[in-house]
Amino acid sequence: MQTNALEGGFAQPAQQSALAFRAIMDVLARPGQIKDLSGAIPPLPLSIAAGTALLTLCDTDTGVYLAGDADCAAVREWIAFHIGAPLVGPSHADFAVGTWAALVPISAYPIGTAEYPDRSTTLIVETDALEAAGSKGATLTGPGIQQTAQMHLPEVAVFQHNHALFPLGLDFFFTSGSRIAALPRSTEVR
Amino acid sequence: MTDYNFAYLDEQTKRMIRRAILKGLAIPGYQVPFASREMPMPYGWGTGGVQVSAATLTPDDTFKVIDQGADDTTNAVSIRQFFEKTADVETTTETSEATVIQTRHRIPEEPLSEDQILVYQVPIPEPLRFLEPRETETRKMHALEEYGLMHVKLYEDISRHGHIATAYAYPVKVEGRYVMDPSPIPKFDNPKMEMAAIQLFGAGREQRIYALPPYTKVVSLDFEDHPFDPSKAPHPCGLCGAEHSYLDEVITDDQGGRMFVCSDTDYCEKRRAAGHVGTLTQEAAA
Ligand SMILES: [Zn+2]
Repeated sequence: MQTNALEGGFAQPAQQSALAFRAIMDVLARPGQIKDLSGAIPPLPLSIAAGTALLTLCDTDTGVYLAGDADCAAVREWIAFHIGAPLVGPSHADFAVGTWAALVPISAYPIGTAEYPDRSTTLIVETDALEAAGSKGATLTGPGIQQTAQMHLPEVAVFQHNHALFPLGLDFFFTSGSRIAALPRSTEVR
Repeated sequence: MTDYNFAYLDEQTKRMIRRAILKGLAIPGYQVPFASREMPMPYGWGTGGVQVSAATLTPDDTFKVIDQGADDTTNAVSIRQFFEKTADVETTTETSEATVIQTRHRIPEEPLSEDQILVYQVPIPEPLRFLEPRETETRKMHALEEYGLMHVKLYEDISRHGHIATAYAYPVKVEGRYVMDPSPIPKFDNPKMEMAAIQLFGAGREQRIYALPPYTKVVSLDFEDHPFDPSKAPHPCGLCGAEHSYLDEVITDDQGGRMFVCSDTDYCEKRRAAGHVGTLTQEAAA
C-alpha cells in the first residue's frame, strides 16, 4: 500500500462529516445552489469535494462504482482504507463517481422500483467548473427552488428524461475542486 | 477520536440515516425505510425525530425543541439536554435564533427562514394505514398512486358531519405525487408546510424518514364543493391578543373558568414582551 492511501481522511470524523453532510444536504435540497465541501484530501483524479462526499456518505454498506480515470490504484486504495466500500459495476452502484464522459450512459444505473424508488444510484459528476463562463446554463424548477434556478449541465435532454421517470430516477451531485451542487430527479430542466 | 459518539449515534448509523434523508429530499413525500436504532428514551418521546436530529446537527448549530408548541415540557427539555450533552450544541427557546428545530405536533407561528431546518417527530408515517393495515399493500397503493380510498374516507366525513372532521394529521399531497402524513400537527398548520426551511420527518418505531425541500408544493386533500379549511378556535389569545395563532384551551381555576392562549409559547412571550395584551392580561391589570 502506498503511504498516501493512509492520508487524506477526516482528522475529526464525527464533526467534519456532520459539517460535510449539511453542505451536501443543503445543495440537494436547493438544486442549483453551490456550496463549499472540503475536509478530505483524496488522491487524484478525485476532487476534494467528491472525496469528501464519498467519505461522508459511503461505507461497507454502499457499492461504489469508479468510472474511467477515477478507477485507479490510488483511489481504490484510498477508498479501501478510509471508506471500506465494495467497488462494484454501474448496475450495482449506490454511488458512482467520475467525469460525465466516463459515467455515461446513465441507462447503466438502477433507477429504483415503483415501490422502492430510493433503490437507485447517486452519481457524483466531476466537472471542470460548476459555473460556465458566458452562458447562463439550464433553467431549473421544482422542489427546493422558489422561482427558478440556473445551473451549468453537461447536457440537457438526459436530465429531462431522468426527471420524466419521477419518482424513479437518478440523483446527481456535481463537484469541482472543493465545491458541490446537486440535481435531484425531482428537478425539471429547461 | 472523542471518547463519546458525537450526537450519541455511531458514525455508520449516522451515515445510514443521512443517506435516507438525501433520498427523502430527492423524492419529496416518499417514505424512505431506515434501520431505526434504540435511543436512550422511550418511543413515544420521538426517537425518530431524535435520530434525524442526531444525523443533522453540527457543533455550529443552535437547537430548539418544542412539544405541542412549548419548550418547557419534560419531553422537550430532555431532548434539548440530550443534544447539549452529546452534540455540544447551543440551545435556545427562540424560534428565530434556532438553526435546527425539533418539533412534536406543531409548526412554529413565526415563519422559518432558508437557514433553518424543522425536524418532525412522527408516530405513524403512513397516511393510508387506517385504511389498510398491511405495509405491502400501502406500498403498492403509493406506487400506483391509488389514493381513491383516502378521498372516500374524507368524503364519508363530509356526509356524516357536514364537513371534514379530521383536525390533526390532515393528509397532504406533495408535488402532485405522494400523499403524506404531516405528523399530528393541527390542520391549522398545514398551509405553513410550503416554507423556506428544509423539513425532515422521522418515525422511529415505524422506521421511516421522509422530507420536504424548501418551497415544495404541499396541498391539503379536499373537494371542489368542500375546500380545505384550516380553521381554528374563533378567539384571540387571552394573553397576547393574537388573532391568527393556534390556541390551546387552558383551565384557569376550579370553577370551570377557561381561556384560550397561544400554543406556541415563544411566539406568545415575544408578543407580550413587545407590548401586546390580551383580554386576560387587561383584566388582571384593571
Ligand atoms: Zn398569545
